[in-house]
Amino acid sequence: MTKKPLSTDTEWTVELLQDYDREIARLANDFGLDTYPNQIEIISAEQMMDAYASVGMPIGYNHWSFGKHFVNVEKSYKRGQMGLAYELVINSDPCIAYLMEENTMAMQALVIAHACYGHNSFFKGNYLYKMWTSADAIIDYLVFAKNYISECEERYGIDEVEKLLDACHALMSQGVDRYKHPQSLSIQEEKIRQQNREQYLQSQVNELWRTIPIPEEKKSKKNRARFPAEPQENLLYFFEKHAPLLKPWQRELIRIVRKIAQYFYPQRQTKVMNEGWACFWHYTLLNALYDEGLVTDEFMLEILHSHTNVVYQPPYNSPYYSGVNPYALGYNMMQDIKRICENPTEEDKEWFPYLANTNWQESLNFAMQNYKDESFIAQYLSPKLIRELKLFHILDDDEQSEIHVKNIHDEQGYQAIRQALSKQYNIGYLEPEIQIYDVDVEGTRALTLQHIQHDRRPLGKSCQEILKHIYSIWQFPIKLQSIDLSNNVVAEHYCPAKEQKDS
Amino acid sequence: MSQFIDRRLNAKKKSTVNRQRFIRRYKNQIKQAVSDVVSKRNITDIDQGEEITIPARDISEPQFDLGEGGSIDRILPGNEEFIPGDRIQRPPKGGSGQGDGEASNSGEGEDDFVFELSREEFLEIYFEDLELPDLVKKELAQVTDYKYLRAGFTNAGIPANINVIRSMRQAAGRRMALATPHRRRLKKLESELEELSNQIPCDAEKVKQLKERIARTQRKLKSVPFIDTIDLRYNNRIKVPMPSTQAVMFCIMDVSGSMDEAKKDIAKRFFILLYLFLTRNYEKIELVFIRHHTSAKEVDEEEFFYSRETGGTVVSSALEMLNEIIDKRYPTNAWNIYVAQASDGDNWNADSPYCQEILNEKIMPLVQYYSYIEIMPRHHQSLWEVYQRVQESYPNFSMENIDGLSDIYPVFRELFKRKTA
Repeated sequence: MTKKPLSTDTEWTVELLQDYDREIARLANDFGLDTYPNQIEIISAEQMMDAYASVGMPIGYNHWSFGKHFVNVEKSYKRGQMGLAYELVINSDPCIAYLMEENTMAMQALVIAHACYGHNSFFKGNYLYKMWTSADAIIDYLVFAKNYISECEERYGIDEVEKLLDACHALMSQGVDRYKHPQSLSIQEEKIRQQNREQYLQSQVNELWRTIPIPEEKKSKKNRARFPAEPQENLLYFFEKHAPLLKPWQRELIRIVRKIAQYFYPQRQTKVMNEGWACFWHYTLLNALYDEGLVTDEFMLEILHSHTNVVYQPPYNSPYYSGVNPYALGYNMMQDIKRICENPTEEDKEWFPYLANTNWQESLNFAMQNYKDESFIAQYLSPKLIRELKLFHILDDDEQSEIHVKNIHDEQGYQAIRQALSKQYNIGYLEPEIQIYDVDVEGTRALTLQHIQHDRRPLGKSCQEILKHIYSIWQFPIKLQSIDLSNNVVAEHYCPAKEQKDS
Repeated sequence: MSQFIDRRLNAKKKSTVNRQRFIRRYKNQIKQAVSDVVSKRNITDIDQGEEITIPARDISEPQFDLGEGGSIDRILPGNEEFIPGDRIQRPPKGGSGQGDGEASNSGEGEDDFVFELSREEFLEIYFEDLELPDLVKKELAQVTDYKYLRAGFTNAGIPANINVIRSMRQAAGRRMALATPHRRRLKKLESELEELSNQIPCDAEKVKQLKERIARTQRKLKSVPFIDTIDLRYNNRIKVPMPSTQAVMFCIMDVSGSMDEAKKDIAKRFFILLYLFLTRNYEKIELVFIRHHTSAKEVDEEEFFYSRETGGTVVSSALEMLNEIIDKRYPTNAWNIYVAQASDGDNWNADSPYCQEILNEKIMPLVQYYSYIEIMPRHHQSLWEVYQRVQESYPNFSMENIDGLSDIYPVFRELFKRKTA
């Protein structure tokens, strides 16, 4: 059954976009993709750079760092050092996707399939997004944040606001709850709640920092319970609630940055899956279009050309190598799952008994909904793909003069490689683990942070800079200890810098 | 159903605020960079944007990260030669670590941050200390007068701009393209008809048919219009900035030993400000640099600002030379003449009355504007007094005692008032 192609020209028009969207939506529906409604916005290259600079948030608050990123992107774009991404999509309901006007018709169709049906269904289906973000409220919340911040700027001066935002940005990665479930963002109540919160928060803080003298017997240092009782991983949350000298508006600002960090947290954990899923679907959907005769050979060649570029994995010794390409890994894994469902080999049956000869759409959907990168790789990376990508495992230990090759793509190596690659996508492993350990509540109010060192990996150079930022929020002395797994302190940093009294 | 929104027309320059914030935040670094740049530039090149470099460490946004060291497991793709148990030499540090994403990340971070200031931003920052009134800032940054120049052709426009030759050529092309198939068919039909009518038993039915077809083709040929709206071509005119005419600017500076670098820097800004003002108003500007101590010399800009002399000061030598150059090279009917003089006020006492005489009788009638700054926060000498007398008789003579950069602008107050009003 061949139909007339939707278009033969490379130029796009809004009518054509609608035609393609209609057909792609029909096919996506046939494949059982569940999506938010789409809001597709056509923008110019400059607007794309804007969107880039404000990390894809359509209504970001103003901050110099976004200006810096914009200047940077603009510079390299103008010099031709980098192309702009073809698309940008926002996890919101309706799902907002940007199409750049420079794209050809084929590229626009690719982007529609990739973003508006691929990413979109991922946002709607994956458990992390369901649990941590509320797509219907994010845009409202951003509007609230932008207005609130600009109000603060008027009231307290740009410099004050900027100083605090700088500090919060530095702690953004430490501003997320990794395990605790957050309350959903809801703008309707947000404004009223914000005012109530101001008063309540301040009263809580006052309670904590009460200056009424404490009976002698309670003061003995050894018996004193630590505050907080359990170490806290969410630094921004802790500061919002407990930093002694902050004004209510400053707490609200911390909260805004924290909420935004939390909103982006699932995206950082599902890079491979999200991109892999979107690539798998643009490939599948556009091929389905082609099979029905709705697009021409030329169209398909252009699609395949950019598709292969996107999912190319350069080998480790290539000048183009810059780490494992999440698009390549994700796409190949998705295709691999489909293959295992449809045509399992003996090896697959042994490794994936739960996939072999099942309905591929259901199995793939299940994988998309219930995993994040780390667990997805641990569960689904197949020996066949390890062989295809020729993955190998090295151990780079600074106590040894050479790097050791531990495993390669062979029978003995599969399991170890799978585990090591999975670990590589564990955010807890990629970023230092930093916790609020103790506050000297009754004394100097000094704050102790702990960095729990894994595999003897130390903190990077910027650590001292960040302590300054933390100091500017907490406003009492800060101590950061690095401890190893057997609780020995291996390094200490102070802000303000400690005098040399104990050495 | 998806909704499509075309956003291309709105929200332009959304990042402008953030860009301004960025510049605001790094004002000191940028200012430093700007003043470094200006000291390397000629006066005539002042009027451009500039690439500004800020050290990367100043603008980094720190995040907690892991440093080098410890024991790290890595998975890399594309193994060709390794088997378990192989040992690999560590790639040298600082090189683009083979297969090490982190190495390239930190390598990138150490480049300085370079970005381009627009002309407006550049001037804004450069003149910040001068406390220019807003109107003047605008005047300096903007190009006000325009003229229209021809710039090719367009296919849309007003009837008055129709270009007849282009349009007819377009029409001829279109006619040719549209009519040729018909004409070819007509030719063929006519030759068939001729053949047919030459045959002795003439097939009347066929001839009639052919004639009908010929008539139809001829109608079609006629229906190709001689000229159509799509043929029309219009002369395209674009607006270009047009300063009015030409001016010459004389920079006169005392280079006796007492003029140090700081004073010269003030003088340079003073000259630049006048130059910029002139570029807004004149198409062509020539600069003449005259420096003097006891005798005057015409020099190039490099020598003007950067060479030092010692000795006494005889201002009249420069004024004589000025007069001479105007006479020889810049007839007043063709040139607008502006003079900017900077000095620390030293002059040989007996020379001052002569200066007044030259100015009053020879120079002032020739020039548009004469501005004098004395860079010296102390009591004035005879030169200041005689210049004050000149100022009384000529409103286009202005003088100012300069203490700091913000004092420069008042010298030009009258000048700008006249032109911007």
